[in-house]
Amino acid sequence: MGEKWNKGLLGWIDARFPLSKMWYEHLAEYYAPKNFNFWYYFGSLALMVLVLQIVTGIWLTMNYKPDAGMAFNSVEYIMRDVNWGWLIRYMHSTGASMFFVVVYLHMFRGLIYGSFKKPRELIWIFGMIIYVCLMAEAFMGYLLPWGQMSYWGAQVIISLFGAIPGIGDALALWIRGDFVIADATLNRFFAFHVIAVPIVLLALVVLHILALHEVGSNNPDGVDIKKYKDENGIPLDGIPFHPYYTVKDIVGVAVFLIIFSIIVFFMPEMGGWFLEKDNFIPADPLKTPEHIVPLWYFTPFYAILRAVPDKFLGVVAMGGAIFVMFLPPWLDRSPVKSIRYRGGIYKIAIGVFVVSFIALGYLGTQPATPLFTNFARFFSVLYFGFFASLLIIPRFEKTKPVPDRVT
Amino acid sequence: MKKQLIAVLLAIAPVCVFAAGGHGVHLDKANIDPENTQSLQRGASLFVNYCLSCHSASLMRFQHMGDDLGIEETLVSENLIFTGGKIGDLMTVASSPADSKVWFGTVPPDLTVIARARGVDWLYTYLRSFYQDDSRSIGTNNLVFPDVGMPNVLWELQGVQEPVITTIKGHDGKEVKEVSLELVEPGLLTPTEFDRSVRDLVNYLDYMGEPAKHERRELGTKVILFLLMFLVLAYLLKREFWKDIH
Repeated sequence: MGEKWNKGLLGWIDARFPLSKMWYEHLAEYYAPKNFNFWYYFGSLALMVLVLQIVTGIWLTMNYKPDAGMAFNSVEYIMRDVNWGWLIRYMHSTGASMFFVVVYLHMFRGLIYGSFKKPRELIWIFGMIIYVCLMAEAFMGYLLPWGQMSYWGAQVIISLFGAIPGIGDALALWIRGDFVIADATLNRFFAFHVIAVPIVLLALVVLHILALHEVGSNNPDGVDIKKYKDENGIPLDGIPFHPYYTVKDIVGVAVFLIIFSIIVFFMPEMGGWFLEKDNFIPADPLKTPEHIVPLWYFTPFYAILRAVPDKFLGVVAMGGAIFVMFLPPWLDRSPVKSIRYRGGIYKIAIGVFVVSFIALGYLGTQPATPLFTNFARFFSVLYFGFFASLLIIPRFEKTKPVPDRVT
Repeated sequence: MKKQLIAVLLAIAPVCVFAAGGHGVHLDKANIDPENTQSLQRGASLFVNYCLSCHSASLMRFQHMGDDLGIEETLVSENLIFTGGKIGDLMTVASSPADSKVWFGTVPPDLTVIARARGVDWLYTYLRSFYQDDSRSIGTNNLVFPDVGMPNVLWELQGVQEPVITTIKGHDGKEVKEVSLELVEPGLLTPTEFDRSVRDLVNYLDYMGEPAKHERRELGTKVILFLLMFLVLAYLLKREFWKDIH
């Protein structure tokens, strides 16, 4: 590669910092399988949304006041008296929800194409930690507008820690910094939301990508492209990430931004799913809203929590629902990665999982009537059942022959 | 294609299963027209005359309203600001929260973003649903918001309504009691005129909830047109690069 090193300024930098080396390793000579499909847009989109959230977030902090007496008003101040404040705020609020849309689709891709399997277990684990951090980031960010739903949503979620036997109440008090959600809570959530969690998130994203580039990308066929290389050691089915996937991902970015803009400019509340009605009422510790509903991306877990009659066991079930998502690399031992070559039973299991997750998500937004609670129990069992089935299915599943090269 | 169709159907199925009915009182459609400047101006006038004495809109500036609704500054200062405040002031209220608490039992909520919290249909129906109720100290009650602390401030325009209870047969044959309101004493406006005035007022409240709405939609069209052109170019670029990949 020696002749590639430039002279001049770049040569000067390269002698001191691996700039060209990194460029080649991660972009121009990172060989990705040539058969990426629709599902492979969401990784780069997630990265873009992360940048969007950080940039809009920085501008929001220029006018936002993390003070229980001023927070709600400062958000409305941004919405009307700050130039382009409404645009920055809507981009941030829409970006939060769209981040989860993109991340859920990204995770689903990993699930159906077996991208979590050996040798990519750590990529999956880093990804899951990113997902958990993202939930913490979204949860704490949602308190900041200091509306009714911000306040009571946080009240409910933090009270869950109170269900832990023995230390529960002390722990909840320690998290809140007060006996109820109050100024102290708002201020510390602000600190976590704008500094602590974003730093961890960025570091994890770097780890996620480094781990990916160490072993190479999986693909919709789930075959290893490094098995067949040409005389230069380049995978026959691989193409350089740049320019091929950079130009392809730009198309994905354009489509995503069109959808994003339709929401930001024409339906920023998204029918109450992205910005809830009750959050336009300032937080009032003395008035509990009729229905306290977390934002849509948490509702599957909220439904599982409510499905269990005992509060502490409910918290355990909810934690378990998230924890179990870490496990697929060790549950699913089928040598076949991609859903394309797995048996019908596996496809049914994936279908059941998707239906359960969406159904739980819907149930989590509804009042817990006896009928709905029973539905939530039914789908919770299916949710956990899916992960259990990963353990059993490969034993009797009839898989199809996996091709040698990508199709 | 078939697989994708099945996948979509599976994804939608649970939502259909639970598509349950609505709840609460029937709300009339407000049918506001945010592009109708005259309606917004009439609404602004009603707002400062009938609402702003008890309710604040403390996140909204008079000047901002004047600029957006095409009302000249002098007109705003002379006709719409009653407290002697300045054009750049926020729409605060003179009465103290403590007094209000004594008078109404609760502090009247700030109305800046009330349309976003309640929705325009709710406001439109609520403001037209006051009726005579001598059992209450303020003499009125409301169908949409039972036992609300707010009296019917628009009674002069609307007149006085009384409830009429009729028993009708529902779809399943069960008898259902339905409460409707009847005008027993006409006000300064006919019912049609009154409905229009409330619609103007709600239109204004909706504007005040999000003054940037008009600008947002205008900019949105431009942004999306740009992105569509960008998409075409991005797609052509991608196709050009990918020609040699088989």
